[in-house]
Amino acid sequence: MNYLNAGYGLKSWLLTLDHKRVAWLYFISITGFFFLGGAAATLVRLELITPAGDLLSSDAYNQMFSLHGIVMVWFFLIPSIPATMGNFLLPLMLGARDMAFPRLNLMSWYVFILGGAFTLTAVIAGGIDTGWTFYTPYSTMFSNGAVLAAATGVFIVGFSSILTGINFIVTTHKMRAPGLTWFRLPLFVWAQYATSLIMVLATPVLSITLVLLGVERAFGIGIFDPALGGDPILFEHLFWFYSHPAVYIMLLPAMGVVSEVIACFAHKRIFGYKVMAFSILAIALFGFLVWGHHMFVSGQSIYAGVAFSLLSFLVSVPSALKIFNWLATLYKGHIRFDAPMLFALSFIGLFLIGGLTGVFVATLALDIQMHDTYFVVAHFHYIMVGGMVSAYMAGLHFWWPKITGRLYPEMWARVSAIIVFAGFNLTFFPQFILGWAGMPRRYHAYAEEFQLLNVFSSAGAGMLAVGYLLPLLYLLWSLRYGARAGGNPWDARGLEWTVASPPPKETFATVPRVDSEAYAYDTPQ
Amino acid sequence: MADADDRWQLLLFPESASSVSGQVDTLFWAMVVACGLVVALVFTVLLVFGIRYRRGSPASRRGSPLLYHNRWLEIGWSIPVLAAFLFFFAWGALLYVEILDPPTPEDGDARRVNVIGKQWMWKFQHPEGIREINTLHVAVGQTVRLRMTSQDVIHSFFVPAFRIKQDVLPQTYTRLQFAPTKVGRFDLYCAEYCGLSHSGMVGEVVVMPPSEFQDWLARRDRPGTPQQDGERLFRQYGCSGCHGEASSVRAPDLAGLYGKPVPLESGGTVTADAQYLRDSIVFPSKHVVAGYEPIMPSFKDQISEEDLLKLTAYIQSLTPEEPDAP
Repeated sequence: MNYLNAGYGLKSWLLTLDHKRVAWLYFISITGFFFLGGAAATLVRLELITPAGDLLSSDAYNQMFSLHGIVMVWFFLIPSIPATMGNFLLPLMLGARDMAFPRLNLMSWYVFILGGAFTLTAVIAGGIDTGWTFYTPYSTMFSNGAVLAAATGVFIVGFSSILTGINFIVTTHKMRAPGLTWFRLPLFVWAQYATSLIMVLATPVLSITLVLLGVERAFGIGIFDPALGGDPILFEHLFWFYSHPAVYIMLLPAMGVVSEVIACFAHKRIFGYKVMAFSILAIALFGFLVWGHHMFVSGQSIYAGVAFSLLSFLVSVPSALKIFNWLATLYKGHIRFDAPMLFALSFIGLFLIGGLTGVFVATLALDIQMHDTYFVVAHFHYIMVGGMVSAYMAGLHFWWPKITGRLYPEMWARVSAIIVFAGFNLTFFPQFILGWAGMPRRYHAYAEEFQLLNVFSSAGAGMLAVGYLLPLLYLLWSLRYGARAGGNPWDARGLEWTVASPPPKETFATVPRVDSEAYAYDTPQ
Repeated sequence: MADADDRWQLLLFPESASSVSGQVDTLFWAMVVACGLVVALVFTVLLVFGIRYRRGSPASRRGSPLLYHNRWLEIGWSIPVLAAFLFFFAWGALLYVEILDPPTPEDGDARRVNVIGKQWMWKFQHPEGIREINTLHVAVGQTVRLRMTSQDVIHSFFVPAFRIKQDVLPQTYTRLQFAPTKVGRFDLYCAEYCGLSHSGMVGEVVVMPPSEFQDWLARRDRPGTPQQDGERLFRQYGCSGCHGEASSVRAPDLAGLYGKPVPLESGGTVTADAQYLRDSIVFPSKHVVAGYEPIMPSFKDQISEEDLLKLTAYIQSLTPEEPDAP
């Protein structure tokens, strides 16, 4: 009997305290949000095929890119890897029977759904047109959209992040199996741990900021609107103090997944384990000190800009180290190119380009030109979609046999990986050029000379849609028709591969003992 | 605006038409080359390792000190990365300060233009008093200094061909300086999302040869310079009743004030720049001058942004030589 057939009926899922089932609740909900955000992006890209704003009204267009941003950031990217694979795997990798607080874990999901309900209400009850950044005083005094409902949704979902973060931190500290010392932890666990620290420390700042925003909008109390004696730059500081670290909430778990996948498919211990672990912590720490790089032309002191630029360059060093260490892991490995590895290699390539273009926008004089143009849009999509979503797909395919007990169809998965890689580059590479040439973001209509590159971009978005819909189909298909997986189909190392697929309800019958490093690929498991 | 023929161009080399745009382009292309080399290196290594060490290949995997960790290798690739980053940081920072905090041009010939952004248009006023909407005429080679503010939400003044951008904030003066080097018409965009018709908040900077620009100026009506209008408004709003020479009310004297440090009742000092003057009219209790009672009434919502800029220009003109202040 495994965790999937241990109980049937809606109640056995909605009231479950099993971390593996909670992971499924998240899988299903964030997949819904992903395709909702994707639908909004599709409408945006369709509108931008022609320079004139002819498909959607300006109001509808503004609502679509706002919906896309809000849903993708808070309801897909931030929960994505931690809430699904993190929930499923953290206890397995630690040799624990569940999270430290199983009820809190289930509650996180309910809080998440409650926040989602508020945001969906906002969309239906008149739309939201502030962009995901909610800049004041537009959001507080000028927008006619349902700002309060949307902000309430984001406020609520923040608590879901905080609760998940606390749970992961306590679980990692207190529930490691005997012998599983900190430097024997898989890098996936290090990444979840660092991410949880950011969630717990940064999210409250967002919550406070949204409360202040709500107070100003609802009661006209001047906090951010300068006409009421407030300061709109203060809002930008507070917003980015959360939202820049939030990028690392999305990225660090992705780095954890990629480390697992590369070690497995190169069949070799990860190169420079300690450097990799410490660089995760360094990124989490430095990530808190760079928020001002979103504000180089905002009117903040230009010398503050210089300091934030320097810090932003420094945070790139540990990221560069991680790329070099992944490459060195391949050296003298035994490399297989199954779908998870293709997605992980995509991650390396796209994250590299995303990271290097991040260095462009961290360069002060260039950011004057690139700020709020498509260059920035392309840059952060290379990090969040090219990087984060590729890693999510890598992890999803890698652990799919463990989670479901079934193999996915390998050929279709490789096809999907290649379509996603090609479609992604076709969508977003032209946007670098558009931004450099000066096309501002969030433009419903644009100058005619920008059309060709926008047509490329929209064509690429069509490919991306196919690349993301395919896995939805073949993974669902595999639930019923996929071949049985067996406990360890990839010949991988790690405690999660020592149990059956799918794991039993009580994952470990006896508490495992750990007496070796992570990634012991030179010894048979 | 682009001709129909330009419609399908690739835009790798956008027009470059200001005194700083060439320097920005040099930095951009230097980084493209450096980063391009890194991308090529990483992809080559991926490809070579991927082929050579594919599962089942005959390549030797015998143990080497490079297999699992190597401190000198880690240090060896960190240092060049760090050095390159510091190099580009310094280059970018120096140029940024030069663009956003520029010195007054050597010949002192800077044209001061007032800019007001509002949903969804740009309003300009020239030093001669000439007004324009969404189009700004300037002379090639002459430095232009913008004093900008917004009537409602945050906007951003962006001319890609000049490689300049600065956010335009409500209740706040920001400034931006540029010197066009080419004659032509260049797109002006609002770059900060500002609501419904954000993408309609576009215009043009028209750069003319100096003689044509003089003709253009001569052809336009001149309703009065900002200073002259400001002087009239100064009386009209009753400012002169307290701040005038014959006043019986004790209020700070405004002659010679601009650009000087002002001691405050609450302790500390502020510089009497344009922002200070504006705040003193709209939020008079924000900075009370040392030795004075906070008796001035607020003129918030009573004076338009245009008139505030004129009043500021008038008070500024009461100080003989113009210091290098915003």
